Amino acid sequence: MTDGIKKWPLLSRSLHWLSALFVFGLFAVGYYMTGLGYYDPLYHTLPWWHKSFGLLLMALVIVRLGYRAKITTPPPEPGHSRFEKRAAALTHALLYLLILAIGISGYLISTAEGKGIVFFGWFEVPALSRPFDGQADIAGLVHLWLAWSLIALVAIHAAGALKHHFIDRDNTLKRML
Amino acid sequence: MKKTLAALSFASLAFAGTTLADDYVIDTEGQHASVQFKISHLGYSYIFGRFDEFSGTFSYDEENPAAATVNVTVNTDSINTNHAERDKHLRSADMLDVSEFPQSTFVSTAYTPGEGDSGVLEGNLTLHGVTKPISIAVEQVGAGDDPWGGFRRGFTGTATITLADFGIDYNLGPASREMELILAVEGIRQ
Repeated sequence: MTDGIKKWPLLSRSLHWLSALFVFGLFAVGYYMTGLGYYDPLYHTLPWWHKSFGLLLMALVIVRLGYRAKITTPPPEPGHSRFEKRAAALTHALLYLLILAIGISGYLISTAEGKGIVFFGWFEVPALSRPFDGQADIAGLVHLWLAWSLIALVAIHAAGALKHHFIDRDNTLKRML
Repeated sequence: MKKTLAALSFASLAFAGTTLADDYVIDTEGQHASVQFKISHLGYSYIFGRFDEFSGTFSYDEENPAAATVNVTVNTDSINTNHAERDKHLRSADMLDVSEFPQSTFVSTAYTPGEGDSGVLEGNLTLHGVTKPISIAVEQVGAGDDPWGGFRRGFTGTATITLADFGIDYNLGPASREMELILAVEGIRQ
């Protein structure tokens, strides 16, 4: 607690940065693995890890949202305009929504023919729905475009944080560190 | 009158020449037909897959089997190897490119009856937008009345094709350049 900054709770901060790590890791691995040839040694390995970490990120986000609903979130720093507050709230909501939607679409790709997804070789998350026509292909496109949208939104989110830190010189970023 | 008679007799002669070929519709509705394929995996085993959606007709005359003709159209996006991610890959531009080439067709050009119930069916296969002649080794399984008032006739066929001949050149390894098509068709006489 430096200079009496009202930080986010430790659990919120940990989950935030862990999510960030997962989002970047999953995006990079997803981008790389979909370009691999059949004879690449990682052809089967990377998708296996991608799916397990993807499921883990979904679980993390659900825990995050549950915890966030329980705590009193720190109010925006004084001096933020109405627009900034609204934009920030919208961005945060969209970030959560996109992560969840990307997870669901990824799940729909892998389970499109009724088989579940193995979670780190520990247990299998079953296929829930009866597949719809073209499920794997449609979910695949959705997964791809939402992933790019998320990365774009993350850039906006980070730009906002950096703007508050370096231009406004307020504690918005510090409270998440 | 004379002219008409002459025309009629010519017509009957012509008719006798081509004889009475029966037309059959392949029973995909009752799923008494399949278009399957078999391809080596690394040279160690085989994958069997199939196309779930196809339709076709054939004509066959017992008196003149050499006049038999076959037409089959396959919806390529119905490929099914019982593995969601693999099937997605097979539908993609790497392999069948089903959005660009939604259908594959086979149109027969000649049938050469062989020993017993066997024969060789020649025809043009269009796959991945490329049309090439292939020959299918055919075996007639049987024909006769069915219990529901119809008449059915069934064949099996196998053909080996090289994927690269049809512009499918994704590297699946040296053991997987060719694949076998395995067909079983039961036609209902119209």
